[in-house]
Amino acid sequence: MERYDLPDANGHFGPYGGVYVAETLMAALDELKNEYERVKADPTFWEEFRHELKHYVGRPSPIYHAKRWSEQLGGAQIFFKREDLNHTGAHKISNAIGQALLARRMGKKRVIAETGAGQHGVATATVAARYGMECFVYMGAEDIKRQSPNVFRMKLLGATVVPVESGSKTLKDALNEAMRDWVTNVDSTFYILGTAAGPHPYPMMVRDFLSVIGEESKEQMPEVAGRQPDVVVACVGGGSNAIGMFYPYINVDGVRMVGVEAGGHGIASGMHAAPLSGGAGVGVLHGAKSYLMQDANGQVVETHSVSAGLDYPGVGPEHSYLKDIGRAEYVAIDDKEALSAFHDCCHLEGIIPALESSHALAWAAKVAPTMAKDKVILVNLSGRGDKDINTVAGLAGITL
Amino acid sequence: MSRIAACFAALEGKKALIPFITAGDPHPSLTVALMHGLVDGGADIIELGVPFSDPMADGPVIQRASERALVHKVGLRDVLALVAEFRQTNTTTPVVLMGYLNPVFVMGYTAFAEQAHAAGVDGVLTVDCPPEEAAELSAALIAADLDPVFLIAPTTPEARVREIARHARGYVYYVSLKGVTGAGNLDIDDVARKIAALRAHIQVPIGVGFGIRDAATAKAISVTADAVVVGSRLVQEIEAATEQTAKERLTRLVAELKAAIL
Repeated sequence: MERYDLPDANGHFGPYGGVYVAETLMAALDELKNEYERVKADPTFWEEFRHELKHYVGRPSPIYHAKRWSEQLGGAQIFFKREDLNHTGAHKISNAIGQALLARRMGKKRVIAETGAGQHGVATATVAARYGMECFVYMGAEDIKRQSPNVFRMKLLGATVVPVESGSKTLKDALNEAMRDWVTNVDSTFYILGTAAGPHPYPMMVRDFLSVIGEESKEQMPEVAGRQPDVVVACVGGGSNAIGMFYPYINVDGVRMVGVEAGGHGIASGMHAAPLSGGAGVGVLHGAKSYLMQDANGQVVETHSVSAGLDYPGVGPEHSYLKDIGRAEYVAIDDKEALSAFHDCCHLEGIIPALESSHALAWAAKVAPTMAKDKVILVNLSGRGDKDINTVAGLAGITL
Repeated sequence: MSRIAACFAALEGKKALIPFITAGDPHPSLTVALMHGLVDGGADIIELGVPFSDPMADGPVIQRASERALVHKVGLRDVLALVAEFRQTNTTTPVVLMGYLNPVFVMGYTAFAEQAHAAGVDGVLTVDCPPEEAAELSAALIAADLDPVFLIAPTTPEARVREIARHARGYVYYVSLKGVTGAGNLDIDDVARKIAALRAHIQVPIGVGFGIRDAATAKAISVTADAVVVGSRLVQEIEAATEQTAKERLTRLVAELKAAIL
């Protein structure tokens, strides 16, 4: 395959991506694009970024061989990229630091963010405290109920959590509201977007900041497993942790890439959050063209997933492109399968994974037995599951 | 001459009033009557909102209007049918559809443009489709004799204004403030300065909207603008009215605004 070098100058990944926003934001996005182009070529920015990742986040995150689980499944060897061990408990912090450093260079003193599961909200609140910035986090009222520990963490870190009551009261509505804040406070405010979606340059920028996941993996795998993986697998909501893992592997032949979407109650039920694997068409939402769950009138439909972080009707445009060119595959894992993998990971490996990451684990557990014992699956364990214990307890009829 | 150009020509320098309502709010069976009610009050052009599930550029008032319309599953094809019904008895007042790109994209640009023209639509403003992404849509609209209407914002630099000027037909819509529709931070002097600067590049009439809440602000804006757009304030009137009183209240409010502007 030809050297992969996307997006183009206007933020397009083939037919996807672009800049679909109201005119008021165009100047701000241009400014951001120009500033990011400048720092991209500035080694002092990346030195500072790497310094923060090492000393504040605790990177590199280790790669761990899930031996007991692999043995029990009796097939391929499963390895975890331990993003759950990062400061704040997920991959999101690396992106938040990159964007906050950029915000600081641009002289912005106020940052805003949207959040679903609360992981990106916590990451943003954390970096805002670290760099002395004012922070507002938009979160769907429905998600606030599901993720109360993270809501309190954000408050402890000094952020204001703004409940969003419009629409389905979940991640997509939080993103709408963050955009409305940005358009109103465009001079003072930097929008730290949490996923590899949104208008250009966000999908590219978020990918670049999170590519550290795949870069580290490429270095670590020969040490830990003696070779590169046969398959890398990651969960996909907006797709930030997945693109961070995939991007450095795109030009590596022989590495299969699998993105796992939220199958919810099952694709056939219609109650899922799987635009890439569930047969959705293409649409325009939140500033970019991509696969999108919508009805015949082009209205975005409500999605369902047990995991708030995957409960999103769209997906980052680069994933749409990778799907179309066949470089990555996208599959769905339903709520039940994800929960079962969640419990197995707790019992067999002593790791409580995030419900989001449990989707990727479930796919690996499903496929490993069909593969030879010398094959290697690398799962991006994108976050820890402490935030999900109320949800899991609730599903078991237990009140904490 | 397009209906929009004819409308501005017939005003002979007087300023146009452009009221906005959302199609299907509060119920699709009322929309055509409300459109006639706007004309009775003195509307020169009607901006008709196409409901969308994720109205990112709108404040809470127009968000609620969209939600009320979506309860009745009002889609883009329904909106076109409502315009066609309005055209049965009104063949002169221009109608501009205002909304978001996705419903138009999903219908297909050419199919949409042809059906919109057949229904009697005159212009189309897709809020989240800046000129950079609009080439294909604009070509389809122009081929069907529809005017693509573009936004210009307080943050738009001069080079972009020139670029937008090349693509704009009918009129341009100057967003009077940094914010969402219905916001309350309108600075009239600032708008006046910006409009004066825009005149150097923009050949078509300049409408101003976002944040115009009463006769006094409408009048002040009309000193410099060619057209005054009022949306959230009218939608609030619909919200406060019953289905029986909505038309009459809209007509009265539009007449008040029309009497105030120059």
